Amino acid sequence: MTKPGKSKTMAAPLQAAAPTRGMSLWSRLQRSAVERLHVRLESLIVLAGLCLIMSFLSPFFLSINNFLNILLATSTIGVLAIAATFVIGSGGLDLSLGSVMGLAGVVGAYAAVNFGLPAPLAVIACLGAGAAAGHVNGQLVTRAFVPAFIVTLGMLGLARGLALVISDGRVIYGLPSTLLYIGQGRPFGIPMPVIIFILTALIMHCILAYTRFGRHTLAIGDNENAARTAGIKVERHRRILYTLSGGLAGLAGLLFMARINSGDPTAGLNYELTAITAAIIGGTNLFGGRGSILGTMVGALIMGVLQNGLNLLAVQSYYQQMAIGAVLILAVFIDQYQIRRESRV
Amino acid sequence: MTAPLLQISGICKSFGSVDVLFGVDLSVEAGEVVGLVGDNGAGKSTLMKAITGLYTADSGNILFDGKPILHLDPGARRALGIEMIYQDLALARQQDVASNIFLGREPVKRLFGLVNLIDKPTMDRQAGAMIERLGAHLPSISRPVGSFSGGQQQTVAIARALTFNPKLVIMDEPTAALAVREVQSVLDLIRRLKSEGIAIILISHRLNDVLSVTDRIVVLRHGRAAADLVTSRTSMNEVVAEIVGGNDMADAAEHEKRG
Repeated sequence: MTKPGKSKTMAAPLQAAAPTRGMSLWSRLQRSAVERLHVRLESLIVLAGLCLIMSFLSPFFLSINNFLNILLATSTIGVLAIAATFVIGSGGLDLSLGSVMGLAGVVGAYAAVNFGLPAPLAVIACLGAGAAAGHVNGQLVTRAFVPAFIVTLGMLGLARGLALVISDGRVIYGLPSTLLYIGQGRPFGIPMPVIIFILTALIMHCILAYTRFGRHTLAIGDNENAARTAGIKVERHRRILYTLSGGLAGLAGLLFMARINSGDPTAGLNYELTAITAAIIGGTNLFGGRGSILGTMVGALIMGVLQNGLNLLAVQSYYQQMAIGAVLILAVFIDQYQIRRESRV
Repeated sequence: MTAPLLQISGICKSFGSVDVLFGVDLSVEAGEVVGLVGDNGAGKSTLMKAITGLYTADSGNILFDGKPILHLDPGARRALGIEMIYQDLALARQQDVASNIFLGREPVKRLFGLVNLIDKPTMDRQAGAMIERLGAHLPSISRPVGSFSGGQQQTVAIARALTFNPKLVIMDEPTAALAVREVQSVLDLIRRLKSEGIAIILISHRLNDVLSVTDRIVVLRHGRAAADLVTSRTSMNEVVAEIVGGNDMADAAEHEKRG
């Protein structure tokens, strides 16, 4: 009799103290990471663990230069992953990210080289081509009622084909130097693509987490009907999201084109796979309703560190492809496992 | 006598070749509780969705506060003071309590005169106050509502309907999935809202609840308002007879009484 009584008096003040009563330290940490940082604790630990392992395996891993290399390599994928987070968070899907990125790069390079347009106009051509392709996706999804999977799969082929048609299947060389600065400039020693990528990520994070547009995006992905009854114009919102997604793919195309100093029609091949993987690892719910850009950035860094580490260890790039695919399946498996465990039936 | 708060006349709605509503008339006064009953497929939910704007009526007219509202979208009708608590609650289950209550109407703060950012502290404070006013207890206001029990989720749906001072609240089967004690608190809530001058349309299959809490009962049958009964002057038998459409339905009424 004394034992339960004793434990009860000890438990009482604890219960009164915090709303997190009865929770383990782990789940409390989990919750505060999600609520304060919008990042899943697991993905942060995986990133830290990955960095630790890599720094043991390779003497070149831990250096500022290599760190900037990782960020530079992540910048293109990272921008695509931001787009993937918005679209998937809204319950949609954009498989055309990599192809649209390639198309945008070719359009920008063609405008600059063949038409001799000044750099700002070439930039606009790049972003515009991406946004236009995304807008077509949005129109087809919301007005023609073709499933997003099919629309964007079709656009994956259309955009890649168009990029090859415009460039005649060849790489477009000879970009003006002002355009190259976007990809190769290093103000304060930091590569321009990294700066643009981080700025874009911060802005898009604030939009998703702290604006009506962002909250409505997740609400639509969570329960489209609830969003509609709340007066949100769901179809219009989706059209904007797909256009935004295309525009971000255009930005990725611009960064890539300016970095490699050419418009390559095969740029971004299979990048959607990595981008979607980064978004999912970062905590975006594959079926919509949950996602954050900071989380996705951690996911993108995990992919970046993984690729960088495998490169440093001189692992054949074929194996990297396999690693990315495996990580995607593993991330969704863990997510679904947790949802099943936590959900009420 | 002043014009009623809600005046529906001649509403028709069909889906493809299926006519669901043909020429429904219905009026609700301010502070009045009207029960809407009818068999499955009688058109109750369709009629309500025509009022909230989720469906557009094919023809007819709806006046709210004397003004036509048929051309308005769901958000605009909500802003006028028409709220609905859906049978499936229509909650975003991965979002927290405040996000659900304020969905589509989030308070914002202007930053640097440039961007509007959501004012989450205000949202949380008001959401908490609303939940408290309803006398409900939730484990935590910052948890996804999908982690709550059915009754707790309904509390959130009710709080969402009441936060913006509605004039008319439509409740679609609010007691269908609740335990006995919870049913009583919903009925008490309806009486409280009525005393505050809020009009309510209550859709329910539980005729005992409808008879105990409403002023009037409108029976929908085959897409028409078949009867408009004053609750104090009607009986279970009469209501059931109107629902099934016969006059000799004592058996059905008996069955309903026992159930």
